[in-house]
Amino acid sequence: MLLQQVINGLAQGSVYALIAIGYTMVYGIIGLINFAHGDVYMVGAFLGFYAVNILHLPFFPALFIAMVGSALLGVIIEKIAYKPLRNAPKINLLVMAIGVSILLENGARDNHIFGPDFKAYPAIIKEIRYAITSKASITNLQIILFVVSIILVLILQYIVFWTKTGKAMRATSYDKDAALLMGININNIISVTFAIGSALAGAAGVLVGLVYTTINPYMGIMPGLKAFVAAVLGGIGVLPGAMIGGLLLGLVETLTKAYISTSLYDTVVFGLLILVLLVKPTGLLGKKTNVKV
Amino acid sequence: MKKFYVKLLIGILIFTLIFLVLNYFMDTDVINPYKARIIMLIGINIILGVSLNLVLGFTGQLTLGHAGFMAIGAYAAAVVSVKLQAPFLVALIAGGVASGFIGMLIGLPVLKLKGDYLAITTLAFGQIILNVINNIEFIGGPRGFSVPPKTTFIWVFVFTILSYFIINSIIKSSHGRAMVSIREDEIAAEAMGINAFKYKVMAFTIASFFAGIAGGLFAHFQGYITPNIFDFMKSVDIVTSVVLGGMGSLSGTVIATTVITYLPEGLRSLSEYRMIIYPILLIIMMRFRPKGLMGTNEISFKGIQKFYKKLKGKGGKNNAAA
Repeated sequence: MLLQQVINGLAQGSVYALIAIGYTMVYGIIGLINFAHGDVYMVGAFLGFYAVNILHLPFFPALFIAMVGSALLGVIIEKIAYKPLRNAPKINLLVMAIGVSILLENGARDNHIFGPDFKAYPAIIKEIRYAITSKASITNLQIILFVVSIILVLILQYIVFWTKTGKAMRATSYDKDAALLMGININNIISVTFAIGSALAGAAGVLVGLVYTTINPYMGIMPGLKAFVAAVLGGIGVLPGAMIGGLLLGLVETLTKAYISTSLYDTVVFGLLILVLLVKPTGLLGKKTNVKV
Repeated sequence: MKKFYVKLLIGILIFTLIFLVLNYFMDTDVINPYKARIIMLIGINIILGVSLNLVLGFTGQLTLGHAGFMAIGAYAAAVVSVKLQAPFLVALIAGGVASGFIGMLIGLPVLKLKGDYLAITTLAFGQIILNVINNIEFIGGPRGFSVPPKTTFIWVFVFTILSYFIINSIIKSSHGRAMVSIREDEIAAEAMGINAFKYKVMAFTIASFFAGIAGGLFAHFQGYITPNIFDFMKSVDIVTSVVLGGMGSLSGTVIATTVITYLPEGLRSLSEYRMIIYPILLIIMMRFRPKGLMGTNEISFKGIQKFYKKLKGKGGKNNAAA
């Protein structure tokens, strides 16, 4: 029983982690809570859906299309909505993000785009259940979810820590002006950040569609909020923090559903966030920054 | 002091007149019941916007859980008026006090945090409040709670005007000045001997109180409340109206709230696209006028006089040039 719940929790958690990475990367680089990120995840799920249903592609090409599409969407959002406001007060950026989020949700609801109703995700890969012990089992879909998430995270680690672009990203998030003086094209780096974060969210969308089988235009709201909670929990702006926060959140949520209450899990999840912030305001792995006068 | 009473008297007279005219139109069906409902909704939303402006615009603390306090007020008022059979005024005050008290309890730990962390914890508390309400069988849980529709136009009108003027006078008092100084520069304010934390909690509590009043009015206006009315999107709506009107401008909030509340109804002929047009307007606004409609300016009689004089002065100059 416990093992089963841990497996389910980790599955849910890897989805949160993938979305949370996008939040944390964008926050790390321009200090914006990108509320539209949850909706990019939704769009990714729909792109995957159409890639399978209309283009009749197998799973991995569909995943790839969804990731590229989401990345493009993320870059377009950044260029049109956030770039003009880069020097505006934070609250304006935040309202802009909220506006983009509402636009994406309701745009997607429009009949000419995705339509308002729930859609059943095509069963691209047949579900097979492997028994681990007598009481716990794992499906091949969950395995795919884990493996794809791990591979994506490894690629991300490679990009951020081993390539020149990654170095530029880290420099930009450390000090934008100094990075500019070192000859880094900040605008390109910010676009790349949005592209990577959005691609991961798009991948999460397809994986969720595959494992949990239904998608709808509002599916991004709650996971978006939860993923943001995960990012803050792990320490916003810190990549490993987002992954740990995501997995932790998925585990806590699933275990609460199983052992404490099936309806109070939101309270437990958000309560955990508040508790962590009150004890360690920068999150689990966050670094303390001093405010200078 | 005498001047103050004269002003107060004139104010009361003007607002009584406005009320009588509007009420007359409603009675004679010039403003049909549907439009009257929109006007009442605008009033309720103004209370919410103005109270949030105290925290967001004047104290400079970003909170994203205002609808949660509205929910507390709505449910508390509903319980008092339905289960205890108390008069409407008592129910409204009870809603406000309950919300203000919980606001203070939440504010005490949370307001130690700053910036985005504060935003996310208040968001979290908003969600927790809804989740808890969803799980209390006594008040209907997710099925909702039926409330007698007692809110009439005069209740909304009086409470809207009262909230506006109470918050306006708080801002003009020394407490309000302290709050504004925290917005401008918290460290400098602390250095000048202002207890920033105390004033933040004060602003937060007062704002929660008025959100609770608005919630009580809303519950008895709607006649039926469910927890998801007060979800994150409702909080976002309130924040939006404050930001659009201009953070730090009460009259701006009033204008923006009126437009935002009316807009979905005004766009009803475009019903299919209204939820698309609304965010586009928001985006355009943020892109081209980020400080909001009014910035930190207020509409006042003095301001109008000044503007009129300036206009006249300009006209005079032009004439001279000609």
